[in-house]
Amino acid sequence: MGGPVGRRRFLGYVLAAPTLAAAAQLAPPSSAAAASPSSAAAALPTQDITDVVDLNDLMTLAAAPTSGLITVVVNTDGTVSFALPRAEVGQGITTSTAMLIAEELSVPLDKVRVTLADARPELLFNQLTGGSNTTFATYTPIRTAAAIARHRLLDAAAAHLGSPVGELTLTAGTVKNRSGGSVPIGTLAEKAASSRTKAVTVELAPRTKFTVIGEPHGRTDALAAVTGRKKFAMDLDVPDAKPTMVCRAPTINGTVGAVANLDDVRRMPGVTDVVVISTGVAVRADTFGQCIDAVRALRVTWKPGTAAGKSDESVLRELAGAELPLGPKPPAPTVEGKFTFYFRGNSALEPNCAVADVRPDRAEIWASLKSPIVAQQTIAAKLRLPVGKVAVHVVEGGGSFGRKLFFDAALEAAEVSQKIGKPVKLMWHRADDARQGRAHPMATSRVRIAYAGDAVLSYTQRHTSVSTDLGHGLGEIITSLAAKIPVGDKAFSEVFFLLSQTMPYRVGAESRLLSEVDKGFNTGSMRNVYSPDVTCARELMLDQLGTKIGKDPLQVRRQLLRDGRARAVLDTVAEAGNWGRAMPAGTAQGIAVHTEYKSVSAALVEIDNRPATVNRPIREGVTGPRVTKVVFAVDVGLTVNPRGLEAQMMGGIMDGIAQALTASLHLRDGYFLEASWDNYFYTRQWNVPPDLKIIIMPDTSDRPGGAGELAVAASMAAVAGAYGRATGTMPTSFPINHATLSFEVKPTVPPIPPSPTDGLSNA
Amino acid sequence: MPEHTFRVNGKQVTVDVPDDVRLLWVLRDVLGLTGPKYGCGINVCKACTSHVNGKAVNPCAIPVKDLEPADEVTTIEGLPATAGDDPLHPMQQAWIDHDVAQCGYCQPGQIMAAVALVKRVAADGREITEADLDGIRNICRCGTYPRIRAAIRTGAAKM
Repeated sequence: MGGPVGRRRFLGYVLAAPTLAAAAQLAPPSSAAAASPSSAAAALPTQDITDVVDLNDLMTLAAAPTSGLITVVVNTDGTVSFALPRAEVGQGITTSTAMLIAEELSVPLDKVRVTLADARPELLFNQLTGGSNTTFATYTPIRTAAAIARHRLLDAAAAHLGSPVGELTLTAGTVKNRSGGSVPIGTLAEKAASSRTKAVTVELAPRTKFTVIGEPHGRTDALAAVTGRKKFAMDLDVPDAKPTMVCRAPTINGTVGAVANLDDVRRMPGVTDVVVISTGVAVRADTFGQCIDAVRALRVTWKPGTAAGKSDESVLRELAGAELPLGPKPPAPTVEGKFTFYFRGNSALEPNCAVADVRPDRAEIWASLKSPIVAQQTIAAKLRLPVGKVAVHVVEGGGSFGRKLFFDAALEAAEVSQKIGKPVKLMWHRADDARQGRAHPMATSRVRIAYAGDAVLSYTQRHTSVSTDLGHGLGEIITSLAAKIPVGDKAFSEVFFLLSQTMPYRVGAESRLLSEVDKGFNTGSMRNVYSPDVTCARELMLDQLGTKIGKDPLQVRRQLLRDGRARAVLDTVAEAGNWGRAMPAGTAQGIAVHTEYKSVSAALVEIDNRPATVNRPIREGVTGPRVTKVVFAVDVGLTVNPRGLEAQMMGGIMDGIAQALTASLHLRDGYFLEASWDNYFYTRQWNVPPDLKIIIMPDTSDRPGGAGELAVAASMAAVAGAYGRATGTMPTSFPINHATLSFEVKPTVPPIPPSPTDGLSNA
Repeated sequence: MPEHTFRVNGKQVTVDVPDDVRLLWVLRDVLGLTGPKYGCGINVCKACTSHVNGKAVNPCAIPVKDLEPADEVTTIEGLPATAGDDPLHPMQQAWIDHDVAQCGYCQPGQIMAAVALVKRVAADGREITEADLDGIRNICRCGTYPRIRAAIRTGAAKM
């Protein structure tokens, strides 16, 4: 942020460079006491903690000691370059970042080239893409750098055109004076450059003058995406990096005992290398098809993994044993409920994958990574190389949903490449990705609300979860290690829980606690960590409270919301969605609110649970109740790109529908039964609401809040509420169809299924 | 190794790979055509959807030996040429107009499936229905489904 020097004046730098390079500090110099998660938590009151500091604040504050600069470069061809120290995984930050630069620098959007920065260890905490934090953290620094570049260009143009700066205008990449003279910024790029680095201050464009920020823009990579030219990690042409896959254990995190036929498999067509690694047996071949055949041919005896013998039932018992008490029952009427949320797979469509080229004295890694600094440091340690000898290139990712905070494939690719002394293009088979990849942890949430008349006296929530791996810390190995130390990890996840869970309602005395158990699973966030489950439980209990005090779900929320922005989104969906309209039996509406990342959201959902809909036939698909309508309203404070924001909300709604109705992993005998997309029922076209309306509220702030994960919680909760009202029974276990296994379980040995042969006749 | 000859995006190609290597790997690992994506390898996610003789198929499930010399394989890279001289096929333009892609990983397959659907429905002499759109099996984990549906209707009108 450069630290506000005056109102809207910010500090930045002109760097010594051949063409104009303007920079700003990514994180503000700050004397905030809250430099570490634990001291931040200790300094805070437990009540309404998120009013004082939320996860975004923590991540921004945590970056305080860093001095890393982000730099906008003006090139002689008139383009503007910027290497964003974040991961683009579909959330649209390359587009919104280009918009910020286009706004402050007055260049056309298509002249701005946003790439992804390699791992930059000096950025410390500030190269983590998570917590929907990107736009929140980068909004002011990027604009500051661009605004400095604009001023330098105007100064250079004044000399070039012989006109005072006050008589110049910069629009669409060209500077003009009053007498018709003009010069494109490319011509000025070298003249505006500086031979030494110097600090300058700059005023940013006021909101009222915005012409790019706040206007809808299509993605800057849309053309590349629709032509197949967009390059993901497995599309890169790294010399001699041949396809590589790993034969994995039949149970979670099992390891290799012995391999009976290594030499036979080495002689299979196309196979170049077979080697035992810490996670299985790696195979390198000319094509991935030959890797699949070789993996299936391997005869391996396995040692048990970290979840040996465990099942849904045994984990539920572990969770029950770890539940913190709700406390003595208050002397007032209460509503109380307990909800179960099963494991969910957070696979993106692009499976875990990475390219690695490890040499004796150096290494180079290519992967989509949201915590590239931790990845770089961990890989360097594993390879026994200095960090500076490990180059980590961040590639655009084919979705993340929590997966790309981790670097399981990159670490594995580095290990294989080092062991065989050759570059590898390592990809997990989908079955590996589903069964050995990360999952959203199973959890239970208990809620008790005490009330008197119309007023809520107290709210108690006890969330009990299989441990969520937050081992990426805040993006750098010191906090990452802190999260791995047993006690530190516990404190870290509890702080994370408190800071990420907001309470938008007036509920009197409030106590919300997290307790976690069992580190035997490969876990991670899934488009949010705790919020969808926590919010779903809370919102369902609000519906119950309403029933007790004679108010419908809209009325009870209107009465209790303590924030005008939240009430506005609620009222908006209620009106646009015609809340309370008469509906046929077996269909119903649900409504829910979720606030987080300084943003507020509300969803109104209609569901059809009539038998003709529930039982509609779809080959190898789960139908069930259909969400027929969603009206969603969102206020992110300040919207940079409404079109991108709508896309993020749309995706979050599809996730919410899946989590409420169809999508879960089933654990049995130490492994997940789901092995591909025909087993794991993420929302498909036949589950999509035919009627979807997303309303972006007018700006209510000078700063953008978070959006990437925001929509999941309210959507999931509203679908659950609608289902409860359609059936007359509040659901308490999610997804609602978890008890029905809707597929034939694929074998675990070999660990991946055969490639089909009927592709010409079976489309 | 056996040689296999067929057509890819308007050109005759001959590859020297074992009979049972699936077409997806021949396209990606041998010919360097990376538009079709891997998403499951068992013909369920549809990320690799391409056309053989104008019909949507999934290369992850086609042994290369099943292709005849006259068979025309079209990947996303060759789609524009099937519709004339424009740099983009009308369905690709519709995708841009509706800003469909998020991460974009599944979108080449989505577009190839959409074009085949529109042609199939046109051959039946009818309009695209909601049921047709419900029946699309391509997974988009970003959840762009509503924009996909809107783009297909726009693209269909211009095909």
